[in-house]
Amino acid sequence: MPQGTKLEMKAFPWFGMDIGGTLVKLVYFEPKDITAEEEQEEVENLKSIRKYLTSNVAYGSTGIRDVHLELKDLTLCGRKGNLHFIRFPTQDMPAFIHMSRDKHFSSLQTTLCATGGGAYKFEPDFREMADLQLLKLDELDCLIKGVLYIDSVKFNGHSECYYFENPTDPVQCQKKPYNLENPYPLLLVNIGSGVSILAVYSKDNYKRVTGTSLGGGTFLGLCCLLTGCSTFEEALEMATRGESTTVDKLVRDIYGGDYERFGLPGWAVASSFGNMMCKEKRESICKEDLARATLVTITNNIGSITRMCALNENIDRVVFVGNFLRINTLSMKLLAYAMDYWSKGQLKALFLEHEGYFGSVGALLELLNPT
Amino acid sequence: MDKSITLPPDEIFRNLENAKRFAIDIGGSLTKLAYYSTVQHKVAKVRSFDHTGKETEDEPLYEISVQEEITARLHFIKFENAYIETCLDFVKDHLVNTETKVIKATGGGAHKFKDLLEKKLKLKVDKEDEMSCLIKGCNFVLKNIPHEAFVYVKHAEPEFRFQTTHPDIFPYLLINIGSGVSIVKVESEDKFERIGGSSIGGGTFWGLGALLTKTKRFDELLQLASRGQHTSVDMLVKDIYGGAYGSLGLTGDLIASSFGKSATADKEFSKEDMAKSLLHMISNDIGQLACLYAKLHNLSRVYFGGFFIRGHPVTMHTITYSINFFTKGEVQALFLRHEGYLGAIGAFLKGAEEDNPNQYSWGENYAGSSGLMSVSPDMFPMQRTRSGTFDMLEMDRLERQLVNLPLLLDSSSYIPDTMDLTEDAMAREYWLSCFEEALDGVVKRAVASQPDLQDARERAEKFRLKYRHKLQTLRHQPCAYGSLTVRSLLDTREHCLNEFNFPDPYSQIKQRENDLALRYFQKVVRSVEMLNWEDRQFALVKGLLAGNMFDWGAKAVSDVLETDPAFGFDEAKRQLQERPWLVDSYSKWIERLKGPPHKCALFFVDNSGIDIILGVFPLVRELLCRGTEVVLASNSGPALNDVTYNELQILTERIAAMDSVIHSGITKERLILVQSGSSSPCLDLSRLDKGLATLVRERHTDLVVIEGMGRAIHTNYYAVLRCESLKLAVIKNSWLAERLGGKIYSVVFKYEQPSK
Repeated sequence: MPQGTKLEMKAFPWFGMDIGGTLVKLVYFEPKDITAEEEQEEVENLKSIRKYLTSNVAYGSTGIRDVHLELKDLTLCGRKGNLHFIRFPTQDMPAFIHMSRDKHFSSLQTTLCATGGGAYKFEPDFREMADLQLLKLDELDCLIKGVLYIDSVKFNGHSECYYFENPTDPVQCQKKPYNLENPYPLLLVNIGSGVSILAVYSKDNYKRVTGTSLGGGTFLGLCCLLTGCSTFEEALEMATRGESTTVDKLVRDIYGGDYERFGLPGWAVASSFGNMMCKEKRESICKEDLARATLVTITNNIGSITRMCALNENIDRVVFVGNFLRINTLSMKLLAYAMDYWSKGQLKALFLEHEGYFGSVGALLELLNPT
Repeated sequence: MDKSITLPPDEIFRNLENAKRFAIDIGGSLTKLAYYSTVQHKVAKVRSFDHTGKETEDEPLYEISVQEEITARLHFIKFENAYIETCLDFVKDHLVNTETKVIKATGGGAHKFKDLLEKKLKLKVDKEDEMSCLIKGCNFVLKNIPHEAFVYVKHAEPEFRFQTTHPDIFPYLLINIGSGVSIVKVESEDKFERIGGSSIGGGTFWGLGALLTKTKRFDELLQLASRGQHTSVDMLVKDIYGGAYGSLGLTGDLIASSFGKSATADKEFSKEDMAKSLLHMISNDIGQLACLYAKLHNLSRVYFGGFFIRGHPVTMHTITYSINFFTKGEVQALFLRHEGYLGAIGAFLKGAEEDNPNQYSWGENYAGSSGLMSVSPDMFPMQRTRSGTFDMLEMDRLERQLVNLPLLLDSSSYIPDTMDLTEDAMAREYWLSCFEEALDGVVKRAVASQPDLQDARERAEKFRLKYRHKLQTLRHQPCAYGSLTVRSLLDTREHCLNEFNFPDPYSQIKQRENDLALRYFQKVVRSVEMLNWEDRQFALVKGLLAGNMFDWGAKAVSDVLETDPAFGFDEAKRQLQERPWLVDSYSKWIERLKGPPHKCALFFVDNSGIDIILGVFPLVRELLCRGTEVVLASNSGPALNDVTYNELQILTERIAAMDSVIHSGITKERLILVQSGSSSPCLDLSRLDKGLATLVRERHTDLVVIEGMGRAIHTNYYAVLRCESLKLAVIKNSWLAERLGGKIYSVVFKYEQPSK
């Protein structure tokens, strides 16, 4: 490799980090084209990081590598390698910072690119405890960059973007690839702990339309209080087994059927948790139903705010991302249904395979191609 | 809970013997009953004696009689569902009218109580759609109650900012927060559309709140919420960022994720904090959707109603906060004083279409309405005792349809009242005490006005109790009937007097003074006519001002008039302030008079006797001579010693008989008498008789003269017209005079020309 290029190239390791309210999302590029010479020059420290990250799928008690999302044989800045996707709870951030100190990250010639609110919140800790200087990046910039990049490189030969065909028909409803080649204009809905809704008009022209505090954090927070569970997986698992119609008051519970005057179908929810106003019903309700109702309430609400934004912005394609959708087919199908039904087929709900990792991907790209 | 009715039911379900057309709105916890009744009450009439024969010195000018008159009234009563049986029994026992066969019913409980209604009342239940009743009711109160809508500002003084609503109420957005949320766009009386909604509403707060806090009642949940701290449960922007998210303008205290901090199994959260967090979550969500819909449909008037709101300061505050946040202050959240009655009013109107209530104007009867009461125990602890009591609204059908004065420059920004006593605590204290102190005199006057009626004293005492109670209520709750103003205090007093059949306590005084003043009319005219033009103009204005001193509504003057019968016109002139007056644009007025005559002057007159006869008429005469047509607008009904339309007709006839200018003015229709549509000592230019408005347009009125403290100072002092205006009054109250920087009997002479 010519000397010049080597100097320009960012030194390994290549990380991108997105520190959200609930989860830290980390992407790590593992170079697979390391020459013998490089291997020799590679400091011990760096090698051990690479080995540690790539040979494990779990880190400590809470860190997880989403192996199924790994992007193989990716070419990034002239280097070939695999992109790994790792997450751990934001509450373990102090442990992560301690580890950085203990492993002497600061001795490596790299910049740690970080986005998300935590980049700001934990910056002093990184500096003071681990002697690490963070490069703080705007989370929405990173998000959009990440989405566009991952969609362009494709998911190991498959489409990154997909939608649900026949969303209003539970039997026929099927996941289908979607070509997002001409993405603009686009409504981008990021459902993390809270929700941000962006209208994207081009690569670098976007605005945050609005947001809502009723997001993934609300789903989990309420489920923990209502059912005593403690993880997203648990909550989701209960929701899958539950039934929300025992908890919610439906249009048909009030009107005996459809409310025809206003075109409201009998199955529509008239009042979320409305049945819980009644003491007897509260006493006989099961946790699964409560979890399901919470999921449905939060998801539908995001759906209706999104739909109003799409109308106000005059945009007919919506991409939903964020970790609330991780392993959450229930919500995705619900969103697909809601977009389609209430817009009479005018709105299309799209989803991306790497749900919550786009911010961290954007941060990594910023490291390699600073703007 | 105490289930006894705390007020005698006949004071609640009033006038049942004349009641017909019932409607009922049964909600989750409250029932609202509506009916129409005809009220028989006494009115004072004046009738001219036949003067074709010879004049007799001793015979009074006209005859006063008290007659029975029948007017229409709407009654609305709100009570807790627990009393429904007791109330229905009472209604049944007192219902005389046998024509009534049907009761219109709406609300979620209409179905549940159908059998009970039919069994108890022997009336057929006719169900009406909830939403259309709601909208109909909303249109009705917005059109007929001037201070219906308000903005809520927590911790402000006052917390309620009333909006003057105008006849043009459409289009608007109504957000009804019941167990779910309905968002309705209302475009006209008959055209509305449910454009959206949300399932996260009052039922979610209640249901989810009950699960989280093990608290059963909605009110208790609100109480919990008002004590809680949401920051321990919600994840804020600063919890994620360590501070604000500056580039997006999101402050650190903004909620990033509702309940975001409770996503843990090993922490306990207090009921208060969870309830607060839930309240914020729901209010913000509704506010956000409301804003998105308002924006999409380009609507700026957004009213909120439903049981989630129903006068609860806590929810009004969180909704207001949310709307401000999401629209950056561009849209204001509006609430309604009679929000709880909308369904009942609408259901009633649906059943009364053959009486066509919408073709009339209606007015809130302050005597028979309980006013805005908060149900929030924390805000107003004194009202805690009110649960289990009854809330009432009564509306009187007005004889005439009321409209805006076409000459108002901007009817949408016109506010009649000069001073809002809800905002000014010192002024409020002064005026409330002032009215309290004057009460003895009013009672005395009322008794004296009906010397032949045995029960006058008893009724007068009832009046005293009622009005004193109103004043006390207003001391604690100044916003009970909308903005508190001198006008509303005066009107409330008139309503209370009428309630106890004192339709015109000043009728004899007015008669005596009219009689007396008439004798001096020609003398005054002659003395003015002798003067040169410039002196004459000044003498006329001075005469008008001196005449305006004779006012039984002003305590300082009524004391003088009671004790010193010799106090006359000349004495009044001497008491007047010398020029320059407190407000003095007389020179400008004189300059204007040197120019071409006005086409037509609209003159809002004030008191009977010397004021109208020796003050106003000479000036009217001068205007007619100049070539200006004159429209004299007087009250339709009595208020204090103000001259009424009927009295003025007789007076004008008498003056015409002795004055050729007035006589020819009348016969050539260059001097026209109209009624204002009002029975108040004050003047609301946005609620005037339709006939007056038509005449003003037809005659191309280019000058408006408003006379007296009530009409030109307490109200309309700042009214801006699109034509020339002259507001004049003598300040007959030393407190007010001092406030304006003058002394008692200071003169306000405010002549204005429209800015070009």
